[in-house]
Formats: sequence, structure tokens, C-alpha cells
Amino acid sequence: MSDALIELGEMIASNRSDEVDGHGVANGELTVFTTGSGLHALVQYLQENPACAFTTLIDITAVDFPQRETRFEVVYHFLSMRQNHRVRVKLSCGEDDVIPSINDIHPSANWFEREVFDMYGILFSGHPDLRRILTDYGFRGYPLRKDFPTTGYTEVRYDETAKRVVYEPVSLVQEYRTFDFMSPWEGADYILPGDEKQGTS
Amino acid sequence: MGVTTAGAIAGADKDVLARNLSDELADKGFLLTSTDDLINWARTGSLMWMTFGLACCAVEMMQASMPRYDIERFGIAPRASPRQSDVMIVAGTLTNKMAPALRKVYDQMPEPRYVISMGSCANGGGYYHYSYSVVRGCDRVVPVDIYVPGCPPTAEALVYGLLQLQRKIRRTGTIVR
Repeated sequence: MSDALIELGEMIASNRSDEVDGHGVANGELTVFTTGSGLHALVQYLQENPACAFTTLIDITAVDFPQRETRFEVVYHFLSMRQNHRVRVKLSCGEDDVIPSINDIHPSANWFEREVFDMYGILFSGHPDLRRILTDYGFRGYPLRKDFPTTGYTEVRYDETAKRVVYEPVSLVQEYRTFDFMSPWEGADYILPGDEKQGTS
Repeated sequence: MGVTTAGAIAGADKDVLARNLSDELADKGFLLTSTDDLINWARTGSLMWMTFGLACCAVEMMQASMPRYDIERFGIAPRASPRQSDVMIVAGTLTNKMAPALRKVYDQMPEPRYVISMGSCANGGGYYHYSYSVVRGCDRVVPVDIYVPGCPPTAEALVYGLLQLQRKIRRTGTIVR
């Protein structure tokens, strides 16, 4: 299985050397790296080449790496029913980059791209209807970015005088807690409540 | 020590009561009661619940009306239209996007109306309390009568909650709420 994947990866890389920016097999899964400009042609090739025949788009998602120069990595998963293998296509993109939509090749990409746009704010060019899909109407910010606070910026409440649901800035009744998952009995680098009296007596 | 019989005292024989009542009705053809009691009896005996299933709690809500727990024996029946229902069971996570819709459905229900908040998420946000998209308790949007705890509560817990609501209706005034 792994040999066949390595072979497939090399075949794709040699045939589409302009668009492929490296490939590798890890944990029995083939990953092909590409660029924003080469994505559309590569997906087209993966679908049409009889040795690949990746006719099913499984998922589109993204990953945020705030420390990187180009912070996002967009990930595509494809399945070939005919050849019984899968491929992962990755490309990195910055905050202002625009990625070509693959909606014309895989119509199922429509909502996936909307979701990636909703959650990360990555723009897709050539998408017929790029608007938010999951979050609230008039929502601000992109929730899956690492710099987005978990609690968001607004919360809702029914206002008895205005007779409608109103939006307000978040005010938490209980403070947000951070857990260090460290046992207080071993290895904790802070002083437990009460222990500061230990040396004084 | 010894055998205690404290818990085993028999109450009034309901069958005898019912037979006497039925005999009286058959004899005279009418019954005397107060309007208050009659309205209360009618209200508690026909609670139509608005199905507002939002998440996994909805499965337990369905289970409560299925043959095992069968809340229809208490006269509590599902009703898909808010205009014809008395009680709304908020079963599941209430998100910010859903909140105006929930309030709209509540506003469409006729008076007197009751709300049961079912499960941790509806009670106070629960698992999603710190989330950016979840209302921290559905009592921010609608007034709640009964809270049913659990994640999700069993169908039995919901049945208990509904019986508590019947009790609440019986104990509070009927004409003015």
C-alpha cells in the first residue's frame, strides 16, 4: 500500500512539476504540496488522470500557524473510488492571499470553501457565493484563528423593553479558567494555598 | 428494632373514590366543583408541548413520549405548532443564531405558557459555557419555569420535570398568573 502511494506521489510530482511543491508519505498517507497558482490545474489533473481518478472531494479545511510567515495552510482531501486511494493536497497562504476556488471542478467545494472563509477568513477567487455559512448573522471575526478569544466578543440577551434579542459585549459571570493539567502534589512550580506559611513558624 | 410500617400506610382507595364519584354522576347527572379547580384540572391534564429539539437532548425528549415512558398518559402530547401548545421544552444547546427564532416561537405561544429548560446547555450553557456562539442559559432569552439537569437528562428525569410543572400549575393561581 505504501509503495503504491510513493509511486503515485512520484508520478504526480514528475508529471506536474510546475504545480507540485514537494510530496511525502507519512503514516501510510500521501501528501502533495502545491502553490496557490498551481492548485486549480493540479486538482483538475488529479481528477482527470486515469491513474489518479480523484473524483471525490472529501473535505477542505485550514490550519492556523501564527508563528509562520504565511500563517495559514489550506488542506484538501480527495478520494479515488476507482483506484481505492486517497491524497491530501496542502498549500500555504498568507492572510491577504486569495486562493483559486475549485468549485468548477468539484461542485461540493462550494460549502467547504464557505466554511473555510467563515472560520479563517481565507478568500477564494471565482467562488459563486462566498459568504458566511455557520456563524451568526452579522458575526465579526474568524473563530478558528488562534488569536480569536474562545468566548468571542458579543453575547445575546432578550431585552424586555426593546422586545427583541440584543447583542452585548461579553461579561462572564465566572472567570475563564486555564488548566495546567499538572498534579499539585508533584512538579507544580507554584506555591499551593497555605504552603507559604511553611517556613515562618 | 423491629418491622416498621411507616412507609406502608395505605392512602385513600382511589378505585372506591372513583366508583363513588361515578355513581354520584350517574345518579344526579352533574358534579359540583369550583371553576378554579376545573380550569386547573383541564390545564394540567392537557399540556401540549412544543417540540423544540436543538441537540442530543431532543432524543431523550422523543424517548419520553415513546411507549416506555409514554407521557401521553398524563395528557402531555407533542404539538408541532406553537400556536396550539402550552409548554415549550427547550431541549439542547441554544446558539446565538437560534436565539431570536426561539424567542419568536415563544412569543407565538398563547397564554398561559410554560417553558421547561432541559439539559445543561439550556440551563446555563453547560459544556459550551465559554463558547463564542452559545447562549449561556436559555433563561437569558425566555422565562423558564422548570430546569431539568443532566447531560442529557434521562427521559425519566424529563417526565419528573413535567410532573413538577403540573404541580406548579396546580399550586399557582389559574386566572392570574
